[in-house]
Amino acid sequence: MDAPARPNDYTAYPDDKGRFGDYGGQYVPETLMPLVHDLDAAYAAAKADPAFQAELAGYLTHYVGRPSPLYFAARLTEHFGGAKIYLKREELNHTGSHKINNCMGQILLAMRMGKTRIIAETGAGQHGVATATVCARFGLPCIVYMGAVDVERQKPNVFRMNLLGAEVRPVTSGSATLKDAMNEALRDWVTNVHDTYYLIGTAAGMHPYPEMVRDFQAVIGRETREQILEVEGRLPDAVVACVGGGSNAIGIFHPFLNDEGVKLIGVEAAGEGMDTERHAAAINGGRPGVLHGNMTYLLQDREGQITEAHSISAGLDYPGIGPEHSWLHDVGRATYLTATDAESLDAFMLLSKLEGILPAIESAHALARVGDVARDVGKDGIVVLNLSGRGDKDVGTVAAHLGRQI
Amino acid sequence: MTKTRIDARFAALKAEGRAAFVPYVMAGDPDAATALAILKGLPQAGADLIEVGFPFSDPMAEGPPIQRAAQRALAKGMTLTGTLDLIRSFRADDQTTPVILMGYMNPLVTWGFEAFARDAAAAGVDGVIVVDCPPEEADPLADALEANGLALIFLTTPTTDGKRLPTVIRRASGFVYYVSVAGVTGVKEADAAAVAPNVERIRKAAGLPVAVGFGIKTPERASAIAQVADAVVVGSALVDEVAEAVDLNEDVTRRVLSKVDSLAKAVRFARRGLTAV
Ligand SMILES: Cc1ncc(COP(=O)(O)O)c(C=O)c1O
Repeated sequence: MDAPARPNDYTAYPDDKGRFGDYGGQYVPETLMPLVHDLDAAYAAAKADPAFQAELAGYLTHYVGRPSPLYFAARLTEHFGGAKIYLKREELNHTGSHKINNCMGQILLAMRMGKTRIIAETGAGQHGVATATVCARFGLPCIVYMGAVDVERQKPNVFRMNLLGAEVRPVTSGSATLKDAMNEALRDWVTNVHDTYYLIGTAAGMHPYPEMVRDFQAVIGRETREQILEVEGRLPDAVVACVGGGSNAIGIFHPFLNDEGVKLIGVEAAGEGMDTERHAAAINGGRPGVLHGNMTYLLQDREGQITEAHSISAGLDYPGIGPEHSWLHDVGRATYLTATDAESLDAFMLLSKLEGILPAIESAHALARVGDVARDVGKDGIVVLNLSGRGDKDVGTVAAHLGRQI
Repeated sequence: MTKTRIDARFAALKAEGRAAFVPYVMAGDPDAATALAILKGLPQAGADLIEVGFPFSDPMAEGPPIQRAAQRALAKGMTLTGTLDLIRSFRADDQTTPVILMGYMNPLVTWGFEAFARDAAAAGVDGVIVVDCPPEEADPLADALEANGLALIFLTTPTTDGKRLPTVIRRASGFVYYVSVAGVTGVKEADAAAVAPNVERIRKAAGLPVAVGFGIKTPERASAIAQVADAVVVGSALVDEVAEAVDLNEDVTRRVLSKVDSLAKAVRFARRGLTAV
């Protein structure tokens, strides 16, 4: 198959049908169509409204704690012996990950639309916590759907959500992980269309979510661009991020899309290995299809049944990926690598010991490849890694894998 | 073009002055052989048209009964290929009862729309309902189905207002499905008084029969809806019968068909002021 043509301006997407090339769209039941059209219009208006943008910027500064630092990781750099490695410290945001950037944007939009009830899905619980946080801040009721398997492996986050006043509903259908939580949230939305806002946590799902979530996360890339120009006087050679649904990755990639000299590298979860069935790498191990409202790369069997994803990281344990990544992969603008559970655990330990930063096990997937990228780019180069979250939530998982009791 | 089975059936029912009864069954639930026995027994039990669900791993508009039915079917290895096999076997004995496939987009994307439309037509399918394919995304599938003489049946809902209705029915054929509740299948109950004006406005706009489904579980409710709609669809209540029969170790086919019989009678006599026997 020939690669589709590269566009002149990557930032002109999605098109007016909500498509990035062949990917994206709005494959939702009719009950939701009027709502997604409303959301599309409301978001377009908010995006163009300086008052909305100013309000969002204010909360990002004073509540979330932005800008997040761009930190030169000297010891990590020395360890790999390649390009200089900078970490974009999204783990220092309020609630401990990039997820809050998107939640703050969407909650302001929900209120602008007059919605009075917020629902969300969560995998690792980071998006659930971030949603529960903004709901508490603005006094809106919050229901978080979470796969029963994830409820079990992310107990501290479940309790955090409860402390913030959210109701966590465990989902037992299907594989009882993130995709099933998303199904259940969609079912809630179909049933409660009149007052409910569905606050999706990643740059996936039906249009306009992939665009909207990307825009709210693009603050990461805009700051990175400014910060690296300030300290290095030039753009980086490569930007690396882990990819679950793809929001932290597209957030840091997007402001660099038209800078063809900047390599964009996403890292998918290879679970127990790409030679096994137990991974979560939609691009590296899947093919295009339709799930959760969009056409994108998916893990699926021969007959188009969605197969279960597997990753040590609940936040990457999703059989799909945002449609913009599928497109960037096809046109060759971004490269998608993989990291296994074991490699990510090693990377988790490495960053903890070398830099005194416990990374989220999701972010550790990006860290697991950053050495290769840094050596590839070479000594004079610059690599930026999006440290999307902090690892406090994962100490139980890591301890279990080390055979330790805590 | 020759008259389709769907058009012929609705014309005949119109002449009889009654609504159609349309049971929904899940292919392969609880297993392929039993599903075929149920399918073969449906016309005799009073089905005027038949909806056959093809299972999908992530049925996002389905309530627990049909979710569980899909999981039972998938656990027994049912596929879209297997679903077409079932329909082919059904067609060997019945050339008149329209069969509508209902399910989700991804298995069709996997098959390829052209090839699927051809194979489905050859198996004896008359129409297709794709829950997560709104009219905005339907053209490629609609083209393929149309070229093979199959109807693409669109869903309208309480949220489909007058402004949106023309978009939804633009490529509708066969009949139009009215989802009587904003919600997933098998949870809320349909209210005939609220349904009536919507059926009327859709029928007028589309010039096609209107079937009502989602939220009809009892003969009483089926009878009430049959007075205002051209067809009454019952799904969750039937797949629940499968589940219960399996649980109680009863004859699944008998149990499902006896439920179909009572619902069909309720629909059949609804407009004559007679009660079901
Ligand atoms: C810290 C962290 N990074 C990354 C992800 C993956 O999501 P995304 O690919 O949308 O950034 C998650 C999801 O929960 C997360 O918590």
